[in-house]
Amino acid sequence: MTTADTNAPSLSSAPTSAAKPAKPSKPGWDYSPAPETVKVDIASTYGLFIDGKFQTPRNAERFATLNPATEETLSEVTQASDADVDRAVKAAHAALPKWAGLPAIERAKYIFRIARRIQERGRELAVLETLDSGKPIKESRDVDIPLVAAHFFYHAGWADKLEYASGKASRHQGIKASSGKKLLPEVAPGVRPVGVCGQVIPWNFPLLMAAWKIAPALACGNTVVLKPAETTPLTALRLAEIFEEIGLPPGVVNIITGDGRTGKALVEHPLVDKVAFTGSTEVGKRIAKATAGPRPDGKFKRLTLELGGKSPHIIFEDAAIDQAVEGIINGIYFNQGEVCCAGSRLFVQESIVEEVTKKLEIRLASLRVGDPMDKNTDVGAVNSKEQLNRIEHYLSLGEKEGATLRRANASTLPKKGYWCRPCFFTGVQPSHTIAREEIFGPVLSVLTFRTPEEAVSRANNTAYGLAAGIWTEKGSKMLSIAKQIKSGVVWCNTYNKFDPTSPFGGFKESGFGREGGVQGLKAYLEV
Amino acid sequence: MLRQVHSPRVDAVMAAERAATFTKRSIKKSSKMAGLRLALSTLDLTTLEGKDTPEKVRALCVKAVNPGTGQSDLPDNLPSVAAVCVYPSMVKFCKETLSELGALGRVKIASVATGFPSGQYPLDVRLEDTKKAIRDGADEIDMVINRGAFLSGKYDVVADEIRDVKATCLREGPAVGRPIALKVILETGELETLDNVRRASDLAIVAMEEAKRDAAERDGETERRRDGVKAKENGSANGTHAALSDPRSLDASMPRCLPTFDFIKTSTGKVTPAATMPVTLVMLEAVRDWYLQTGQLVGVKPAGGIRTAKQSLHYLVMVKETLGSLPAVGTSVDDQHPGGWLTPELWRFGASALANDILRQISWLHTGKYRAQYDVTEA
Repeated sequence: MTTADTNAPSLSSAPTSAAKPAKPSKPGWDYSPAPETVKVDIASTYGLFIDGKFQTPRNAERFATLNPATEETLSEVTQASDADVDRAVKAAHAALPKWAGLPAIERAKYIFRIARRIQERGRELAVLETLDSGKPIKESRDVDIPLVAAHFFYHAGWADKLEYASGKASRHQGIKASSGKKLLPEVAPGVRPVGVCGQVIPWNFPLLMAAWKIAPALACGNTVVLKPAETTPLTALRLAEIFEEIGLPPGVVNIITGDGRTGKALVEHPLVDKVAFTGSTEVGKRIAKATAGPRPDGKFKRLTLELGGKSPHIIFEDAAIDQAVEGIINGIYFNQGEVCCAGSRLFVQESIVEEVTKKLEIRLASLRVGDPMDKNTDVGAVNSKEQLNRIEHYLSLGEKEGATLRRANASTLPKKGYWCRPCFFTGVQPSHTIAREEIFGPVLSVLTFRTPEEAVSRANNTAYGLAAGIWTEKGSKMLSIAKQIKSGVVWCNTYNKFDPTSPFGGFKESGFGREGGVQGLKAYLEV
Repeated sequence: MLRQVHSPRVDAVMAAERAATFTKRSIKKSSKMAGLRLALSTLDLTTLEGKDTPEKVRALCVKAVNPGTGQSDLPDNLPSVAAVCVYPSMVKFCKETLSELGALGRVKIASVATGFPSGQYPLDVRLEDTKKAIRDGADEIDMVINRGAFLSGKYDVVADEIRDVKATCLREGPAVGRPIALKVILETGELETLDNVRRASDLAIVAMEEAKRDAAERDGETERRRDGVKAKENGSANGTHAALSDPRSLDASMPRCLPTFDFIKTSTGKVTPAATMPVTLVMLEAVRDWYLQTGQLVGVKPAGGIRTAKQSLHYLVMVKETLGSLPAVGTSVDDQHPGGWLTPELWRFGASALANDILRQISWLHTGKYRAQYDVTEA
């Protein structure tokens, strides 16, 4: 080996081309494609999971579910008709007394088995989630699926401790019948399940939302009819397979697919005792109306709603700015911004707006947008064409109303699929539409404030109240601001932290009721 | 005059969280090979032991110039490492060996100085230490800061000492005919908090810059005076500093005439913890902010504790994702550095065991087989 010429660092030569001069490419160092290689079997069609088995109704209407990153059809699923909904609810109703009457420890075992099986099949579920929803595999693998398992584990632990959730740990008292019907068995002293739960969930965290709904319902002795979103039904159907595998008694959880018509039939069904909905504020309001009156048997339907948001992120001049910028990036571009609690309104103290904007741009440029199945992808595909159109509508509206669109990210996007490069608006005024309406995409609005008081009033100047973020290194300021923000969650010097032990839910038009933690159990218990 | 330091605060929890994300990147195949070569080319191959001997240092130099020597399982165009890093008494043996190999200037000689590793010596001794190392052949000086002064809040003392060492480098460089780079070791394991790391980084960067400005002013005066006296004698008299600050005007016999940048460096390697990813991240952010403010480039060198090829890739990912997108947003780093900080001029690993793990990984990528540890040559 000679020492003279061959030692010049040639950084980009691969082993196969070691002898040839490195071909001129982009300067620096880049990552090779790192595709997730696990393959999952997807059936060409799926039926409805009713009464413990998959059923295909005769003459069923079907619809395709797509991979939003390729626009290819993954499978065809069944549009559940009113009759199918009726069968599912009746199956849940029939399964109720026995399930509620099981010793608590037995119910816990089933939930625990579900959690274990989800962990064991974690990679498969992550891949399927990414294929169906467009979210990066990194997120479904490291965030969604681990949280799904965590929710089942957490609620398995609650099943035999419900008297501590109800505040009735020390006194035993019965509850009066409201309808003269036979009461459900107590799941703890003085505590009974609510009954049949009709649950309708969105497409942004398909399996996680199913877990948020199903786990507490089961722990409290309820039975469930769940309808996943029409664009992302596959992981919920895979969850049904897990229920079959672990031998969950038939009818305890029924999973039916379909569009808004199916959802409407489910929430309006007279045997449904409780409706839980996560989705848009618009649909939430319709459900609130539909479930407002008494049922034929005189009982009222219970309802919890987890709806939209336009969550404020407040960054003070005394914040740890580099970490705050990380929090902002994570807050708005996580899951393509398709997160109900996305920190979509950024309030920056005027003295640091230039620095924050510059750093946002730099950080935004380093995000990798593209194939969700690549392990290095940070931002994947938008869930549907419809959603992409909606985002683009807001992008043009924002510019029309006078804000400046900053597109610092220059990732090369695939030709097919639904893509939106992460971006942000500067020069946004509180009256702009992009500062008021939920966009549900990777679009941030940067606004300013001058004083803490103005920060609070601007942050609260919204119809929503789901989440908020506060960034300051000064503890006293952090506590005082957090108290004044009207939202269900306030994250301080962090953002998008989810944990089954911690309640989540909104104020104002972001809905009511809480999910997770001891507070989340209340919606599923009669005490 | 008491020095005011207005460094941004650092949130340790979020910084650690961000640092952890860099370890999640999937670096495979050609990008892994390119990354490992890059890591090798940015390595300061180090031996800093009381038992170091001339013979040990010669072995180190041979390895540094040709990391793959004597190993048929490695591709034959491996880069040399960036530098060897030794104690001042070993510098002359490095110079001998490297010049025998014809690699002088291509593989730099870095010498720890200023009473390494504690720095607990009188200032004049530390400056003399620096001067001696440069005269013996060091291209780069790795100095330690006065942590005692830093932790007792005497920031002006810390800064003045850094300035004095940098001034020594600037004075001695022209005397030996090559630019001397300074690496300021913060010894972050003793500073403990990330707030301190950031403050010390900013302090070091500013102090080095002040020393350069002072030197330029002094030169300007000398030149004006000289111009006044000797204007007629010699019209083309150039200050040596001016010549050195323009790399293209350096003596053509020097193999790589790249500009030299100063560095901030994490650790001596004698204190635990040595380099960590959150600490290095904060230092990269300090360097980035300085660049955004002034357009000036400062390098970063994590040292100690980086032993595996995988770790080195994690660090490279961190550099790429923290500083790599600067050109993309229109603040183009100069033409010499299209890849941002991913070059030996602005990024170094200080390590001894790392080189061989990188070589084993390269061998695996190259041949599909893992080498036993004893198959890789010792330095």
